[in-house]
Amino acid sequence: MHNKTIAELSAGLKAGEFTSVELTQSYLNRIDSLDEQLNSFITVTPELALEQAKQADAQRATGHVGILNGIPLAQKDIFCTKGVKTSCGSKMLEPFISPYDATTITKFNDSGAIMLGKTNMDEFAMGSSNETSWYGPVKNPWQLDSVPGGSSGGSAAVVAARLAPAATGTDTGGSIRQPASFCGITGLKPTYGRVSRYGMIAFASSLDQAGPMTRTAEDAALMLNVMAGLDSRDSTSVDEAVPDYTADLNNSLSGLKIGLPKEYFSEGLDDAVAKVIESAVKEYEKMGASVKEISLPTSNLAVPTYYIIAPSECSSNLSRIDGVRYGYRCEDPKDLNDLYIRSRGEGFGAEVKRRILVGTYALSEGFYDAYYVKAQKTRRLISNDFNQAFADVDVIMGPAAPSTAFKLGELSDDPITMYLSDIYTIAVNLAGLPGMSIPAGFANGMPVGLQLIGQHFAESKLLNIAHQFQQETDWHTQTPDAFK
Amino acid sequence: MQWEVVIGLEIHVQLSTKSKIFSGASTAYGAEPNTQACAVDLGLPGVLPVFNGEALKKSVMFGLAIGAQINERSVFDRKNYFYPDSPKAYQISQLYYPIVGEGFIDVDLEDGSQKRIGVTRAHMEEDAGKSLHESFHNQTGIDLNRAGTPLLEIVSEPDMRSAKEAVAYMRKIHSIVRYLGVSDGNMQEGSFRCDANVSLRPKGQKEFGTRAELKNINSFRFVEKAINVEIERQMDILESGGTVVQETRLYDADKNETRSMRSKEEANDYRYFPDPDLLPIVISAEEIEAIRSTLPELPDAKCARYMDTLALSEKDAKALTVDRDMADYYEAVQQAIGDAKMAANWILGDVAALNNKHAIEFKECPVSPEQLIGLLKRIQDNTISGKIAKEVFEAMYAGEGDADTIIDKKGLKQITDTGAIEAIIDEIIANNPSQVAEFQSGKDKLIGFFVGQVMKASKGKANPGQVNQLLQTKLKP
Repeated sequence: MHNKTIAELSAGLKAGEFTSVELTQSYLNRIDSLDEQLNSFITVTPELALEQAKQADAQRATGHVGILNGIPLAQKDIFCTKGVKTSCGSKMLEPFISPYDATTITKFNDSGAIMLGKTNMDEFAMGSSNETSWYGPVKNPWQLDSVPGGSSGGSAAVVAARLAPAATGTDTGGSIRQPASFCGITGLKPTYGRVSRYGMIAFASSLDQAGPMTRTAEDAALMLNVMAGLDSRDSTSVDEAVPDYTADLNNSLSGLKIGLPKEYFSEGLDDAVAKVIESAVKEYEKMGASVKEISLPTSNLAVPTYYIIAPSECSSNLSRIDGVRYGYRCEDPKDLNDLYIRSRGEGFGAEVKRRILVGTYALSEGFYDAYYVKAQKTRRLISNDFNQAFADVDVIMGPAAPSTAFKLGELSDDPITMYLSDIYTIAVNLAGLPGMSIPAGFANGMPVGLQLIGQHFAESKLLNIAHQFQQETDWHTQTPDAFK
Repeated sequence: MQWEVVIGLEIHVQLSTKSKIFSGASTAYGAEPNTQACAVDLGLPGVLPVFNGEALKKSVMFGLAIGAQINERSVFDRKNYFYPDSPKAYQISQLYYPIVGEGFIDVDLEDGSQKRIGVTRAHMEEDAGKSLHESFHNQTGIDLNRAGTPLLEIVSEPDMRSAKEAVAYMRKIHSIVRYLGVSDGNMQEGSFRCDANVSLRPKGQKEFGTRAELKNINSFRFVEKAINVEIERQMDILESGGTVVQETRLYDADKNETRSMRSKEEANDYRYFPDPDLLPIVISAEEIEAIRSTLPELPDAKCARYMDTLALSEKDAKALTVDRDMADYYEAVQQAIGDAKMAANWILGDVAALNNKHAIEFKECPVSPEQLIGLLKRIQDNTISGKIAKEVFEAMYAGEGDADTIIDKKGLKQITDTGAIEAIIDEIIANNPSQVAEFQSGKDKLIGFFVGQVMKASKGKANPGQVNQLLQTKLKP
């Protein structure tokens, strides 16, 4: 049962081959027996899941239900879930039981989906390896001494190890696509504003976007059908019609124009990864697509720009977590300043503190123009680069990450190299574009993700391009031996 | 040395929207602590602000009322600082692109002259919660009901030269926001608060002196006192050769002194940057014009109209138009009785006097315009005299009913029956032979004595005109 996709499971539920309670129980059993090796969940919610499954079955018995009815999912612990611990991977929110549901959670609940639990993640989504989680690192199901990527590393590992058919992730600079690449699954970061951010704990508000992490493009389309849409609670969500994302999956790719940015295939890219990407592109040529080299000349500005804007926003966003109203509070504060300083000093981890400090500095009087304002200008240039490129091509392709998953601890003391592991994904967030990573092969025994970048609101197109690849290849069906 | 005082004011006006500026929670005053604070107001993780368009409309109304530039694109910024009653640890405000640009108002000074005071800008922002230091032993309570209440911060140019000018400016702004209905202007409840920047410079010098900012002054009286004691403090320092330190000071009304809160060095670096959770606020020229068409008549225009078309004196017209409730009251009465002067005299006289005596605002006046109209009509139709009317008015004010009820109940109806008045006059003439003789020998002034006697005997109810006429006839030798 656990090797089935959402589409297959939904068909099974519909045909009465099994109930949601049986399905949910089977996943709970897998989590129970296998997650000890992975540490991919922070919280498992078996009672809630089985209760939801019972209701889903009852609802199905009464008549018409949606495709996700009764399907178990894992939710990244960044989404507020009513009555359930929402820690965001941090000691700071270890005691936080959210009194409300994020819009994404509400939508999944309304669709009849089941929540198995909350997945592990880098603390406040700040990290590329899942090693910054206060709950310990997640292991890569393909090789337990390797990282699963981050920050949605728990969700990626869960899907790769078949502990859930799909999960949610969030992506601020690559946090869906890079772990999808490292774990050999399908991950979609939608256009900024496509999915509501309400109830998703903010890291960098102008970059954060939630999306599905699945085995197939078809499943990603089914998930996005539920997640996408305008939300009156999120002013940055966009009033753009939500199509049926499965409608275009089978369109022919004949005549598709693919752009390969030369900057994505230069220094820093692992040769074995490059080979996998090249052969994936050849696969598209076989399907009738044409390929063209393009240039995104400001690519080298993406990481520095991101590391001004994201820390600036996070330094402000995380200030509310101050130990006053909720979350971790130090023992016996002697006065207000002591309460602030020790609660935050003891509660936040090193990477979070590093970014808060960088952001606080960048926004300070006298530095604001030199850093933040300038970063906003380069952000515009990066966005212009993409707009120009899309005048000639339908989709941009390249690697999702410069390498395959690295070893646990390998880059812990090297933040710069760690930051560079998001070099191909960050620009997409700065420009607000949709991006995907799909399994494209293996290098050095580890999965490699092909990144697809589309124009604003071109999710249907990306899903079509991804789905067609998955019709011709079987990389997305590969499962790590230990989790077959 | 001769010193010149330089004052600029920052006035915080609570906009009277039903819900908060970025959440759906109620803004009503006086609820149990933290019962009007939703997830957004509490600053829970993951929540997002959604802008309340009512606050925009009200801000634009104010901008138009002071002839200011309305910025078609304005942007919310975050002002970052840690404090327990600031739940997000930042306040959403507008630093770089405020909704209202430069404007001005004309204020009336005590010597009768007018002065134009520049308004630099006005921007929208959210209020903080309250820290409650009482009733928590060694701890501080936090009430977030007020957190997220919409404010319009109105920043003046440093154009004022005395505490009195500052108060005149503040009163004018108060009058305008109340006229517009954009704020209830209630100072006790903190809907209208003021910070004052005060500095001194040698007369004739162009550069400004170092200023102190006086925080959160909540009444017209305290503004004047606070500024004056601050002027004295700075003058003492400067006269004795010292230098004023740039700092924030707090006015203590009990001790009538200002004291230092924090110096410039201790001031926060607020790290302003555009709030990424909110889109820029865009309003089109057409929308601005639509709002302009809803503006009510403002005090200056109303005052001019009262002088031009109702022939009131400037003094009366000004007095009637400061407070919109008073002006509305006046217009209702004036229109119904058709006598602008009579209505003005009553409202500025008896009505205002009793309101002042009982410290009652015009909108809470226990005598409604309809009740006053009922009374004045009885003067006009000679049912009662003006003097009796004052007695009836006091009874109305005390809640004894409408004019007609009181007149009936107390038997105050004027005596206009000639026979009845003649009977009283005959009796008075019979009882005062010597005065009659004196009058008849040419002491005309004694007519007053006879009128008084008749009015007294009739308990004030005899029609004074008739009494006079009949006396003149009967006293003729």
